[in-house]
Amino acid sequence: MEGADTSGFRVERIDLAGGRSALRFVGELRFRECFDAWGRVRELLAPAPPRLELDVSGLEGMDGGATALLLELRSEAAAAGSDAAIVGAAGRVQSMLELYGGHPRRPSLLAPPATIGILEQIGQETRSLLNESNALDFVGDTLLAGAQAARRPGRVNWRAVPRLMERAGADGIPIVLMINFLVGLVTGFQAALQLEQFGANIFVADLVGLSVTRELAPLMTAIIIAGRSGAAFSAEIGTMRVSEEIDALRTLGLDPFHFLVFPRVLALTLVAPLLTILADVIGILGGLLVAMFSLDLTFHAYLAETEKALDLFDVFSGILKSAVFGLNVALIACQRGLATRGGAEGVGRATTSAVVTSLFAIVVVDAIFTVIFHAFGR
Amino acid sequence: MIEVERLTIGYGERVVLERLDFTIARGQVFAILGGSGCGKSTLLRHLIGLEAPMGGAIRIAGAPPVQEAGPPAYGVLFQSGALFGSMTLAENVALPLRTWTTLDPQAVDTIVRAKLRLVGLEGFENHLPAEISGGMKKRAGIARALALDPPLLFLDEPSAGLDPVSSVELDQLLLTLNRSLGMTTVIVTHELQSIFAVADACIMLDRGARGIIARGHPAELRDHSGDARVRAFFNRLPSAT
Repeated sequence: MEGADTSGFRVERIDLAGGRSALRFVGELRFRECFDAWGRVRELLAPAPPRLELDVSGLEGMDGGATALLLELRSEAAAAGSDAAIVGAAGRVQSMLELYGGHPRRPSLLAPPATIGILEQIGQETRSLLNESNALDFVGDTLLAGAQAARRPGRVNWRAVPRLMERAGADGIPIVLMINFLVGLVTGFQAALQLEQFGANIFVADLVGLSVTRELAPLMTAIIIAGRSGAAFSAEIGTMRVSEEIDALRTLGLDPFHFLVFPRVLALTLVAPLLTILADVIGILGGLLVAMFSLDLTFHAYLAETEKALDLFDVFSGILKSAVFGLNVALIACQRGLATRGGAEGVGRATTSAVVTSLFAIVVVDAIFTVIFHAFGR
Repeated sequence: MIEVERLTIGYGERVVLERLDFTIARGQVFAILGGSGCGKSTLLRHLIGLEAPMGGAIRIAGAPPVQEAGPPAYGVLFQSGALFGSMTLAENVALPLRTWTTLDPQAVDTIVRAKLRLVGLEGFENHLPAEISGGMKKRAGIARALALDPPLLFLDEPSAGLDPVSSVELDQLLLTLNRSLGMTTVIVTHELQSIFAVADACIMLDRGARGIIARGHPAELRDHSGDARVRAFFNRLPSAT
């Protein structure tokens, strides 16, 4: 006779004649108490007898978790070659066994996922990512919807545009001003450190003016737009998607591209250049502050030098770029939003993907513009 | 009104239901029944044109379900109501009227108020969906689905999540619309009380069979079906789902 004790229950193995053995359970079987001792209970199964009875007649009760452990113990004994059965159940113990053991197994209608190698897994993930995002479909649908909208402009939800411009533009002014002011300030400081060594203080104005208008202001503004409005658009459309609002739009005969995508694309394409103009001004002011307090340049001298260094192309190239950045961010955000699948987690994934892809696209577009401008000698 | 012939539907390469054949007569209240996960809502999405079938055909008044933007041929109530969160209830209901009619704003307003009154939401015109309960959202969704007085109405689990009184009121509303306007109504549900209250005919889908396992009047199926799965469903026996 062997046994395992815990505070709540006791189990002992009794080896009987004719190859029969019994595990006799006594007390209250509660899974929290018996879980730690269960390893020792399983050890009692060895050596596997030809016939094993799990005798629960001495049990006063057991909870759901303990019932599951007991049923599993019977399966383990059967797998080890014993003809195992639970005997002596009555009352509450019998009810629990019927509740947990009475359900017939229902095979899944879905085929179990096949085991695949790591390379195949990477390939499948990549393919499903590409399929999920449906980027080419989106471009095609956008162009098609654009052609339809050109024929019937009344189909587009123009009424949403001012509200979206306010949200993406006016509401974003403080953060755009703050970031670009600091960027101008930092650029001014970095330039001052170098130029001061050569007595070329005044050229801080040239460096700040050119870098802010041509690169930094459009880029920083686009990054802020991607983080604020891109994420917001993607999350908003994604939530509409998972809560069946996009389906509802379609059943009302409204095209999501006309109703949701175009107003957002238009709003961001218009707002990005406007914010960039403000960013240009505040960035140059940041540089001015450094020049005045760190390099002893005067307000007028700095602005005169800035005016001399910049021509209209510098400012307009930045504004043009920012419009394309805005267009990109809006298209990517809407596409990711419309491709959202699978509840709250899906919305989170779509939003992350929208921001990351937007940032990537901004840098790529910026590089393309730089190459093009360079090719034209600018 | 609706003819479904040898319809096979699914997602991707996975077949959910296959070779479905049924007809829904004009003016009928038709229920699509079945346990959870049997494909009821998937079938509904195909009937309303949100998904394209893998095989077979659906014809609504002789034509395939509309998949392009245009004046809607039917109203749809989604499970959650699917109201547009940024719009008030009145704006939600007014949207199809503003888009697809040339009514002046005053007439639109009159119709919107009437539709909201019809579903018991008078006085809630200026509330946002986030400010009302789930049952109210569902009723507002019905008001929006009825905005253009469609001849055909699809409802996905209309009674789910409603309290018993609201559920009975909704059944009464559907019956009144059906009897007074002859509106054909297709309901996806597993609420037995609603089925017996409103449905003229039904089909029952089964997950394992991937198809229709019974069709007819609900009471007839409950009392005379020879299929154990159907009897279990109608008599609320545990093996139904």
